[in-house]
Formats: sequence, structure tokens, C-alpha cells
Amino acid sequence: MSPTLNENPLREHSRILSVGHFSPDVIVTNEDVCQWIDSSDEWIRQRTGIESRRRADAQTQLIDMAEAAAREAVERAGIQASQLGAVIVSTVTFPYVTPSAAALLAERIGATPAPAFDISAACAGYCYGVAQADALVRSGAAEYVLVVGAEKLSDIIDNHERTISFLLGDGAGAVVIGPSDTPGISKSQWGSNGAKWDAIGMTHSLLDLRDIAVGAQDDPSMLAVAQTEAKLWPTLRQDGQTVFRWAVWEMAKVARKAVEDAGIEPSDLVAFLPHQANLRIIDQMVKELGLPEHVYVARDIKESGNTSAASIPLAMHRALEEHPELSGGLALQIGFGAGLVFGAQVVVLP
Amino acid sequence: MASTNEEILAGLAEIVNEETDLPVEDVQMDKSFTEDLDIDSISMMTIVVEAEGKFDVKIPDEEVKNLKTVGDAVTFIAKAQA
Repeated sequence: MSPTLNENPLREHSRILSVGHFSPDVIVTNEDVCQWIDSSDEWIRQRTGIESRRRADAQTQLIDMAEAAAREAVERAGIQASQLGAVIVSTVTFPYVTPSAAALLAERIGATPAPAFDISAACAGYCYGVAQADALVRSGAAEYVLVVGAEKLSDIIDNHERTISFLLGDGAGAVVIGPSDTPGISKSQWGSNGAKWDAIGMTHSLLDLRDIAVGAQDDPSMLAVAQTEAKLWPTLRQDGQTVFRWAVWEMAKVARKAVEDAGIEPSDLVAFLPHQANLRIIDQMVKELGLPEHVYVARDIKESGNTSAASIPLAMHRALEEHPELSGGLALQIGFGAGLVFGAQVVVLP
Repeated sequence: MASTNEEILAGLAEIVNEETDLPVEDVQMDKSFTEDLDIDSISMMTIVVEAEGKFDVKIPDEEVKNLKTVGDAVTFIAKAQA
């Protein structure tokens, strides 16, 4: 008879223990943006709700922002980084295909040899990370898990295009998830819709960039032409109308299901923390969901812009700084973006 | 149940009024959504989704850009209902 294998002892519950953040110093106003695109402060505010966005300077790299947010989250959790059982970074802007940002982050904060990996789920990345961390903690695979959403989107935009670039900002948010005596993270509603793979994404691939570079060895003028046509460095684009429709009406269904599966009513929520994509999306979602007046709605986008994977933890951090009384209450968080992908949970706020 | 063009126009006018506060009488067949009614792309999507529910039709994303005037939308909805 073969021996019986040891397994991780299961845990019943997990929760978010703490949140950390980093917002870079450079404030990019709508007036600044209007140097690059033919628009106005009023037009941008009316269509997006954005008043300014924050972007990192050339010296501040994605990993620096991730580290700052992670250190704050770990400190606030009251643990040592060496106690982390996994380090997860959700990002689409780490400038290396491999190795991961997470392995470097784990080393920088003193979490080595914790398992470390990145998640590529764009604006849903943070919620994907929370789903993973919840599963890791409850399965007993890890006691504490660090989830960081970090983006330096200013590295992959073309300031002169007008579908998405003017919305975007840089930043990082982090949470530590650990064991709990009571349920702190509901069943995740997460998924994908690759039929709309083209709705948000890069103009072209790294292979296309390589081909231009190789071709330019024979014909240096190729580089100038590609640069002029914005075909050199790949940058982000979106089909705004398609994304808006999906983000509001399809995501409202996901949000409703997350609340329903959590076994609560919308009136039980104290906060709604949606991905900060566009204020019009947020306001329309609130309308579709019929959220009661008392529910705090995150509108961090006004000053932070859309920071993709960082936007929900940044919004959570602001919510708790400005309204500490929300701590311990239930928040619905939902991320959605390029893939298309989505993730939502109801969480107990740290 | 299929609606007449007049019923569709009246229904669309209500939806436009709800979304933009434009008077229902301004919503006429020959009016351009963008140029005459000053409806932006995001409001247009909201109007499309509301119209889908009201008239029980599907208006695909790729069709929305072809709906330049109120008349285009009325014609599309009438055909989709037929």
C-alpha cells in the first residue's frame, strides 16, 4: 500500500488585512493634455470626469512604485515581509517579458524565497490577484499573500492619440491578504471574453517592432517613417463605444452576481470600488445597480486618471483615508479591461 | 410586437430626453445625433442600449456607427422588429 500524502491544512476564511499605495508626483492637467490633442478641459471633464492624472517621471520605474505600495501594505498588516507566502504583481507595463516584476519585488522587500509571479489581466488584474490570494490562503498554500497592482502606463501611450491615452495615469496599490476568523472575501466572479480581444490593446506586437528594427539596418529611413506613423513603439488603443457598452451593462450583471453570491443585498454595502476607467462608466454602473444613497462610490479617477491594475487599491486607500468609518464594512470591487477580462468580489474593508 | 415608425420615433425621443434633457420635439427623423442633437459617443451607447430594451431588438456595436440620424435608428429598429 502506498503511503498517504501530506496536504496543506485548509483554512476557512481570508480577508484583506491592509492596503498601501503610491501615487507619483507629476500632475498632468487637462490643459497639459490639450497641448497634444485638440480638446478642452471642459470636454475631457464632461466625457471622462478626469480633472488631472498623475504620472511618474523618467527616474521612477514601475518596480519603484510597486515597492513603495507593498512596503506600506506590509507595514500596516503588522507582519514582516519574510512571512509572505506569495507575492503577486498584476501589471501590463513591466518592461520585461521575463523575468517577472514579482520576483524582483519580493527580493526588494525581503520576501525571498516566497513564490512570486505576475498576472496579466490589465484593469481586472488586481481582482484576479485577490481571487488568487484568497484561494492560496484558504487552501493553506500560503498564510499571507501580497497582491500589488502597479502600472506605468505613461510608458505605453501615444500622447497624440485620443481613444485612451489622455485617460491614463501611473501608480501602484497593494493589499496583504491573510487568515481570518470570519468570511472576508466573497466568491470571486471572474472571467474573460476573448471574442473582444481587439477592443483594447496594443497597436502592434514586439515582433513587429523587431521587424522594423531589423529592416532599418538596411534602410534607416524605415525608423523615421515608422515613428511618424506611430508604428514604432507599440502603444495602447481602444474601441471606446464597444468598451463602454460592455463595461456598463455586462459588468453590471457581473457586479449583481457577485453581490448575490456573497449572500448580501446592495443595501448591506458601505462602498462601491469599481475600476476607475471613466466617471461616465462609474455613474452609469451605479444607476444600473441601483445602489442606495448611503453607499460610498469611489471616484478617485478625478485626480488619478485610469491607472489600470492599480486603480481599485488606490481608490480603496483614498476611501479609507477620507472615510475611516468605512473600515470593517462591506465593499463591492470590480475590475474589467483588456482581454476582455473581468473580476469582482465583495470584501470586508481593512 | 412591431411598432409604427411614429411609435418608434416617440419612444426614441423619450429615451434621448431621459439621457440628455433635450426636448422630445427636437428629436426629428432628419436630425443628426452628433451634429444636430450634440449627442456624444457615450450617450449614444446609452441610448442604443435603452432602445434595445424598449423595442426588444439587438443593435450590434458595429451597426451603431451607421446610425447617423434619428431616421436611421427608426428604420433600423423597424426592420429589426419585422
